[in-house]
Amino acid sequence: MVPRFWRKIKYRYDLKGSYCENCGNYHYPPRNFCPVCRRRGRVKEVELPDEGRVLSYTIIREGEPCIVALIELDNGIRIISQLSCDPSEVEIGIRVRKAFRRYGEDGEEGIINYGTKFVPAN
Amino acid sequence: MRRVAVVGVGCSKFGELWERGFRDIVLEAGAEALADAELEGREIEAMYVGNMSGGRYLGQEHIAALIADYSGLAEFGIPATRVEAADASGGLAVRQAYMAVASGLHEIVIAAGAEKVTDVGDPMEILSASVDMEWEGFVGGNLPALYAIIARMHMESFGTTEEDLAMVSVKNHRNGVKNPKAQFRREIKVDDVLRSPYVAEPLKLLDCASISDGAAAVILASEDVAREITDTPVYIEACTQASDYIALHSRKDILTMKAVVKAARDAYKLARIEAKDIQVAEVHDSFTIAEILAYEDLGFSEKGNGAELIREGVTEIGGDLPVNPSGGLKACGHAVGATGVRQIVELTLQLRGDAEKRQVDAERGLALSIGGTGATAVVSILGR
Amino acid sequence: MVKEEVCMTGILSYGSYIPKFRIRVEEIARVWGEDAEKIKSGLGVYEKSVPGIDEDAATIAVEAAREAISRSKIDPSEIGAVFVGSESHPYAVKPTATIVGEAIGAGNEYFSADLEFACKAGSAGMQICYAMVKSGMIKYGLAIGADTSQARPGDALEYAAAAGGAAFIIGNNPIAEIEATYSYTSDTPDFWRRDLQPYPSHGGRFTGLPAYFRHVISAAKGLMERHDFKPEDFDYAVFHMPNAKFPVRAAKMLGFSSEQINPGLVVKAIGNTYSGSSLLGLCATLDIAEPDDRILLVSFGSGAGSDAFAIRVTDKIESYPREPAVWDKIERKVYVDYAIYLKHRRKIKA
Repeated sequence: MVPRFWRKIKYRYDLKGSYCENCGNYHYPPRNFCPVCRRRGRVKEVELPDEGRVLSYTIIREGEPCIVALIELDNGIRIISQLSCDPSEVEIGIRVRKAFRRYGEDGEEGIINYGTKFVPAN
Repeated sequence: MRRVAVVGVGCSKFGELWERGFRDIVLEAGAEALADAELEGREIEAMYVGNMSGGRYLGQEHIAALIADYSGLAEFGIPATRVEAADASGGLAVRQAYMAVASGLHEIVIAAGAEKVTDVGDPMEILSASVDMEWEGFVGGNLPALYAIIARMHMESFGTTEEDLAMVSVKNHRNGVKNPKAQFRREIKVDDVLRSPYVAEPLKLLDCASISDGAAAVILASEDVAREITDTPVYIEACTQASDYIALHSRKDILTMKAVVKAARDAYKLARIEAKDIQVAEVHDSFTIAEILAYEDLGFSEKGNGAELIREGVTEIGGDLPVNPSGGLKACGHAVGATGVRQIVELTLQLRGDAEKRQVDAERGLALSIGGTGATAVVSILGR
Repeated sequence: MVKEEVCMTGILSYGSYIPKFRIRVEEIARVWGEDAEKIKSGLGVYEKSVPGIDEDAATIAVEAAREAISRSKIDPSEIGAVFVGSESHPYAVKPTATIVGEAIGAGNEYFSADLEFACKAGSAGMQICYAMVKSGMIKYGLAIGADTSQARPGDALEYAAAAGGAAFIIGNNPIAEIEATYSYTSDTPDFWRRDLQPYPSHGGRFTGLPAYFRHVISAAKGLMERHDFKPEDFDYAVFHMPNAKFPVRAAKMLGFSSEQINPGLVVKAIGNTYSGSSLLGLCATLDIAEPDDRILLVSFGSGAGSDAFAIRVTDKIESYPREPAVWDKIERKVYVDYAIYLKHRRKIKA
């Protein structure tokens, strides 16, 4: 599991996507091949906005409640991520911003997985 | 391309089959299909097996060869191929077999689907590997969570309610009572669903199909051969497949399964029919919301109006368009790789008039098999 | 034509992070059958910050660093050094600093290490960055003090051991010049944690005079004597805050007034954030400081040592974005009870 987590660590720790200069589409996670333009695509890596809004969400009820949401960032790109807040704070449409948080660990002896979550803005 | 017919079907009991192993249930389904087709076995020229994750559910790879061996077909050295598209693996196995016969490569081919989920590993965790594990799975987006996100958005956008979703489960349980192969053969009430604990809000335990053991098999033959060996061939008028972006965040509209829309459109075109010509359907209700989406994406209703069909009883066994007369994944149990084949078994029985207490009046039926959250869809249209 | 001072080195930007959860002294005292009023009057601490279940020293360090970077508007790839001081590094072996470097986009060309010197590891990082910038080794250095402080349940430490952190970008043309720094260090085992032990041990009252006061006073006096400062030359002073009593007493002993130390006395409301403690006090003081104000910062790390700094605020602070202020962050809070606190601290597991 370590190499797979490590390989994309840059994109887990911060919000980055790709932008195709040919078609003007953004993609998350970053792609090195534009799925719209294929060979004609001219893809470059871009920073994504820190904030967005919740389009939909769920609260997983297995042990500690875990909020997983579909978030639309301010440039229109969408991302499935976790919300780090109390379930009572969530509703469709709330504004959220990125936060750096722990996702989990590979057991007590394994590595700790960090990544981007979202918290209610303000 | 030649016409292809289903000439024999078989299905094991679905459920928690503690006393029977993977090989046992596959043989049960295969033997039943051979008996149904009145074949000896040596007539089978090739085998396709739908199996999502023998490696993780059983710790056993090389599933197709194993089945060829235990069904006595290794004796003839027939080609045996495992196909995988998560929980659309079964639908895909049928399609591979269909293509092998339609192309003229083979005359008689068996398509099987099998999964034994109670031996090794956590069934939902393994099934959830059908999502984008690096970007959805990593953040906790397992299969129930992603369907729940779709469900909440459907409720928000179209006014679908938790009661509507519950009614799908209630209908399928009611149908399952009449299916001797189903895992759950008891009726439930809307309140039972609503009172069951949340798995991933707004989806509750009774909105989710249980992941179960099971196997199913269908024998396909070319039209000419079919006419020789059976009086009741059921023809595959179309068998199409389509794909979509695997992760929800890559889709422009998560309330439409584009793969389903495309596979259905292609299938209707091939069969030279329209959605309204379908008289019975077996769809992939791994979660109740998935059946509502299926109504819409298959063209049984307008987008957003899927819940009306369940509210008005249209999809009940006695309705205008019965959906999941078998009990669906919800009541039969979702035996992952077997499910797509089981749907073809059910449609064949229905179109032949062999569905006993759950018999509907239909000459043409549709089966929809979905992988994960819809990145793979297989649509089959059968007619008698 | 006025020649610009080009070699002025100091704090270019700062950022802070305080987890939103709080537990009151009353709640901890309730569990252990102690007298909350007595503890509050003894420590001068009323509540403390508690990390979320998905927070640790690394996440706190990243959040503080990101605020410092966004306020400064510098290109993170120009940061040439990242040092993270903590006594609660998430790994025993594997740096927190690389997690921070990766998360802020520092690239790969930076000097880096984790530092540990009880509660003064963060200020030690500031000294290292200051020296590296002064020497021309790097353009910008990032020094962070962040902790999710450990305390044995039921121990007196538990009433104050808190979570939080602060990050400083050190460079030239700063908002606050580091005019001088001086350290006073000795081998004094007043507080320690042996390898593989979950909680620190301490010498009780021994942590006072021979440890905290000896080092804090000596460092402050040493700095002032060497650089000709008197207490009245400083507009503000920040002393490490294991509780609210020690810094107040140290200020009095040195001849500082309560007006000078009150803006940075965050311990009352959030507890002792260990490596983040005096640095959060400095952030809170910088939040209200004006050009030419001078701030005395004296950290203390058990073991033991104190780093003293004379910091003079420059004109640049006028155009520097300081919102949200530390005291505003302190006010944004959600109270938890002792059971939730234990869960957040991962002392109980599902």
